[in-house]
Amino acid sequence: MCLSVPGKVVEIQNNMAKVEVGGVIREVSIDVCPDVTVGEYVLIHTGFAIQKLDEKEALETLALLRELATF
Amino acid sequence: MKFIDEFRNKEIAQGLIRRIFEVSARPIHLMEVCGTHTVSFFRYGIRDMLPKHIRLLSGPGCPVCVTPNQNIDLAIALSRRDDVLLATFGDMMRVPGSTSSLQKEKAEGRRIRIVYSPLDSLRLAKENPEKKVVFLAVGFETTSPAIAMTLLKAHSEGIQNLYFLNSQKRVPPALRALLQSEKVQIHGFILPGHVCTILGREPFAFLSEEFKRPAVIAGFEPLDLLQAVWMLVNQVEKDQASVEIQYTRVVRDQGNPVAVSKMEQAFQQDEALWRGLGWIPGSGCRLKDAFSSMDARRIEVDVEPPREHPGCLCGEILQAVRTPPECPLFKTVCHPDHPVGPCMVSVEGACFTYFKYEQTQS
Repeated sequence: MCLSVPGKVVEIQNNMAKVEVGGVIREVSIDVCPDVTVGEYVLIHTGFAIQKLDEKEALETLALLRELATF
Repeated sequence: MKFIDEFRNKEIAQGLIRRIFEVSARPIHLMEVCGTHTVSFFRYGIRDMLPKHIRLLSGPGCPVCVTPNQNIDLAIALSRRDDVLLATFGDMMRVPGSTSSLQKEKAEGRRIRIVYSPLDSLRLAKENPEKKVVFLAVGFETTSPAIAMTLLKAHSEGIQNLYFLNSQKRVPPALRALLQSEKVQIHGFILPGHVCTILGREPFAFLSEEFKRPAVIAGFEPLDLLQAVWMLVNQVEKDQASVEIQYTRVVRDQGNPVAVSKMEQAFQQDEALWRGLGWIPGSGCRLKDAFSSMDARRIEVDVEPPREHPGCLCGEILQAVRTPPECPLFKTVCHPDHPVGPCMVSVEGACFTYFKYEQTQS
């Protein structure tokens, strides 16, 4: 039930954002994620963006895992 | 960067498995608290790839499964009132109560609507001003901010006919209760990434500080889980205990303070009844007094006394004391088409997951 999916914010109006998830546009509330901007990725749960995704952290994790997997 | 496919890389996964085999020597029990983690471990075949001495235990992290019959019976009783329209997440429809389910009641003509978001219940209240719209609020801290926001919006807009049947739960007190019960030996925890997205790390610090158990806040893709197991095994082998974050692309140390503040505005901590775990202090979310007029428990109904199905081991499975194949009803009379207990209903329930992936070994 805690399933959440990442999506890219394509438009923001007031406290609602249009977010692209797998080619589909979904309208979500950004009430608890108010500082999100267009172009960023958010995690969506039950119609709400609950957190921004951090691309830099994601790349660092992948780099670490690659190193770990091949050393 | 799509934040999904990158974390499903086969070569990296194989390398991580080699690392785990190199580091891991001690037989250990790791609990994946979250039902979505259980599903991911099975779906990606990770259980079979790990060393045999690492045993994965499914925890109580399925909100549908831990909702006791009392709450389901109350929702059913409310739905039988002519002036009530009940809104619920779809997962709750087929969960058996003492003698019925919301799905059966809907088939009998009760006004029950499945909603995707708590905000849909606010819309329903506006569209049906002559009805009392009751939202069956289940979920952990991942979902509670959305429920809180809906309540706060309804209150600020002066909506008079939206009620909340609060059955939400808080995860940290349940983990404390599990460790205190000492019914099952747990050497480390894989913590629920999306609950921690809201709460952050601190509410789980007691696991390492008081109970000396290592814990890792993990994401849901295969590389996330393998990295989390590797991190836990490293801690165990070095006799260390700390709460680490693997899911750093989403989880911040302090969680999501805005979401936490919305929960705190709407709810106060309360004792709550969990299926299997009993009453746990501080694990529930009661409406704050300012919103008590929106409490669905104020609507008068007769509720049948709760009854458990004899033989159903959901309670013990939720505590990881037993596994689904150990239940005499599993795959015999309890089946996804005619579930006896909630763990066979929910797509995140341990019984459903074991059934789907045909795991017969404990």
